[in-house]
Amino acid sequence: MSKPKPKIKKEAVPMSKQDPKKRRRNFNEVAQGYTKEQVVAEAERCLQCAKAPCVKGCPVEVDIPAFIDLIREHKFGEAIKKIKEKNSLPAICGRVCPQEVQCQVYCTMGKVGDPISVGRLERFVADWERKQQPEIPQRPASTGKSVAIVGAGPAGLTAAADLAKLGHEIVVFEALHKPGGVLIYGIPEFRLPKEIVEAEAKYIERLGVKMKMNSLIGRLYTVGELLEQFDAIFIGTGAGLPRFMRIPGENRCGIYSANEFLIRVNLMKAYAFPKSDTPIYVGEKVAVVGGGNTAMDSARCALRLGAKEVRIVYRRSKKEMPVRAEEIENAEEEGIIFEFLTNPRKFIGNERGWVKAMECIRMRLGEPDASGRRRPIPIEGSEFTMDVDTVIIAIGRTPNPIIQQTTEDLQVTKWGTIIADENGKTSIERVYAGGDIVTGEATVISAMGAGKKAAKAIRKYLKKN
Amino acid sequence: MYRIVKKRKLIPHTNLFKLSAKEIAAKTKPGQFVILRVDENGERIPLTIVNADVEKETITVVCHEVGKSTKQLGNLKEGDYILDLLGPLGKPAEIKKFGTVLCIGGGVMAAPLHFQAKAFHETGNKVIGVIGARTENHLIFVDEMKQVCNELHVATDDGTKGYKGLGFLRDLLEKRKIHRVIVMGPVITMKMVSEFTRPYKTPTIVNLIPIMVDGMGMCGACRVNVGGRTKFACVDGPDFDGHQVDFEELMARLKMFTPQEKLALVFHEAGGKNA
Repeated sequence: MSKPKPKIKKEAVPMSKQDPKKRRRNFNEVAQGYTKEQVVAEAERCLQCAKAPCVKGCPVEVDIPAFIDLIREHKFGEAIKKIKEKNSLPAICGRVCPQEVQCQVYCTMGKVGDPISVGRLERFVADWERKQQPEIPQRPASTGKSVAIVGAGPAGLTAAADLAKLGHEIVVFEALHKPGGVLIYGIPEFRLPKEIVEAEAKYIERLGVKMKMNSLIGRLYTVGELLEQFDAIFIGTGAGLPRFMRIPGENRCGIYSANEFLIRVNLMKAYAFPKSDTPIYVGEKVAVVGGGNTAMDSARCALRLGAKEVRIVYRRSKKEMPVRAEEIENAEEEGIIFEFLTNPRKFIGNERGWVKAMECIRMRLGEPDASGRRRPIPIEGSEFTMDVDTVIIAIGRTPNPIIQQTTEDLQVTKWGTIIADENGKTSIERVYAGGDIVTGEATVISAMGAGKKAAKAIRKYLKKN
Repeated sequence: MYRIVKKRKLIPHTNLFKLSAKEIAAKTKPGQFVILRVDENGERIPLTIVNADVEKETITVVCHEVGKSTKQLGNLKEGDYILDLLGPLGKPAEIKKFGTVLCIGGGVMAAPLHFQAKAFHETGNKVIGVIGARTENHLIFVDEMKQVCNELHVATDDGTKGYKGLGFLRDLLEKRKIHRVIVMGPVITMKMVSEFTRPYKTPTIVNLIPIMVDGMGMCGACRVNVGGRTKFACVDGPDFDGHQVDFEELMARLKMFTPQEKLALVFHEAGGKNA
C-alpha cells in the first residue's frame, strides 16, 4: 500500500508582525520575516508547475519555481544565487514588490487557496545570505566599453548590475548623497530598513560598479558631455517632484509635500533628531491628503513621530486606493483614521502663518475616468472644517525635469516623461531611459524591469558597435 | 570627501572657505549655490557660491554661524574635509549688458553679491555697489567690491560707517537712471529694496535661499509665492522678481523649524551627541 500523499495546505504560512500597539511608536521593521521552518513549510506548498505561470508575472523574470525548489531542499545559498541571476535587489523586492498583483496572480495554488508567498520566500533567502559571508561575485574581464547610469534608483541599479556582470565599465551618477533613490528617500525604515538598501547597493558596487554621489546630471555634466566619455547612457532619474493641490493656503507652515516629509524622515533620519541634525515638526492632528503608498507611508511615519491623530483624507473610496491591501491593513491596525470621499478645498492659517484647519468637501463617485476608477465629484453644500496642525500632501509625483531641460533633441511627452521604446531606446542614439522617468510614477519592480530591458538593449548595441 | 583648502575668518562667526571641487568649479556661474553636509549626521546646508576658480579647482563659500550645523562647519580647519558637496544648483543669474546695475548686498550675502557684481562689470555694465551690515564691524568684502564697482556705498544699521540704514537708496533711485537692481541679503532687506524700487518700476532681482532639503526640486520646502504662483527657489530660482515675491509668507516659512533649531544648538553646546 502506497503512502497517501500529504495534503497540501491551502493557507499560506503567516508571517509575524510587530504588535501594532508597540510598532505605532517605533521605526523598527513591521514584518518580521519567516523562520527557517516557516520558509520550508511555505516552499513545500509550491506545486512546481511545469509551465511556471508565476514567472510571467515577474517583471525581471526570476525563475520562481526553481528557487522555491531549492528552499524546499534547504539550499538557501543556491536559492539566492538563482534569484540573483535575474534580480540584484532581492531583499528589497521581497519586501516592497506588490506580489499580489504580479507573480502571485498567476499562481496555480491561488485558484484553490492562498497563492505561494513568493515575496516572503525571496526575502528569507536574501536576508539569510546577508547574515552569512556573502560570496564575492566573479568579475568578468573588461570589455573596454563604458556605460553611464544616471540615477541610483531601482531602474538604474538594476541596469548597472546587469551591465557590470557582462564586464562593461559602469559609473552611476546619483544626485543625492546616498544610492537607492526612492528606496532610500521614500520608503520608510519600518517597511524597508535602510541598512538593507545600503547592503544591496554595496553588492552592486562589488560587481564592479562605480558609484558617484552628489552628481546632478544636467548641472554638473550634461547628457551630451557624458556621451563624449561613455559608449552609452541609461537615464533612470525617476519621478521625484512633488505634486501640490494648488488650493489657497497651501504654502502655510506645517504643510509638507510627502516628498519633503519622507526625505526628512528617511534620507535625513529626522526621527533621530537631534542626534541627527535635520529637524521635523509633527503636531497633534495630522492630515495626509492622498490614497497611495506614499500617503500610507507618510501617515504611518507621522504616527511614529508622536502625532495624536493621523487622518488619511482621500477623495475616492477605499476600493479605489492605489495601494497594497496589506498596507491598508497595517495602517488600520496602527490606528490611522480614514476619511474617504473627502477633499480639501483650502487651508486656514493662524496669525503666525501656520495651518490650523482645513476646509474640506465631501465627494461622491460618478462614472469611471481615464484611470478606470470612478471619478470623484464634489457634493456642493457638504463643506466642513477639519482642525489640523500638520498636513502632508501625498497626491503624486511628477518626473524630474532637469535632464529634459538640459538635453537638446531628447523627446519628451507633454507630462515631462522621456519618450522611449519598449527597450528603453530614446530619440538620441546611445541614450536609453527607463523607470518612472518614462512611465510616470509606478512601482519599484516595474522600474527594475525597465532597467533590465534597457540593459539588454545596451548590451546588444555595444556588441554590434 | 571635499577638502577645505583655505579658511579665513572675515568677521566673528563668519568664515570664508575654499573647497576643493574641480567638477563644480568648472560649471559654476554667478548666482548658483551648493548644498553641503559636514558629516554623516549632518543637515544639507545650502550656501550661495562666492567664487569659482577653474584653475585652482576650488569653489568659495561664506558661512555665517547661526545654528548647530553652521557652527559645526565654522569649527572645521584648513585641511579638514566635509562629507558631501552638491552643485552647482539653481539657475545662474542673468548676466548681460543692462546699462547701470545697482548691486546691493546685506550681511554675509555681500560675498556672493561680489561674484555677480564682478560679472556685471566685466560685461560692460556700470556697477553701483552697496554693502550693508549691522555695524562697521560686520562689513565684509568692501575691498573686493571696490575693485569691481564704478562706485561703492556703505551703509550700517547703527551708522558707525557710511549711511545709517538703506534709506539713502530712495534718493539714489530718484536721481539716477538705474536699469537693474540686484539684492542679496536678509529677506527684510530684499523686501525693503523691492518696495523702494517699485514706484520706479526698476527691474529688481532678489536671490532667495529659503529652507530647503534636496536642492533639486524634490521636496518643495523652498516653495515661494511669486506673482500668485508657487515656485521652487532651488530650481525655478534662486533669482526672482522682487516686485512679485510674497515676502511675508517667505519670512513665516523661514521660521518653521526655529524651535527645533534652538534645541539642536542647546544639545550641541551641551556636548553634542552624548548630551
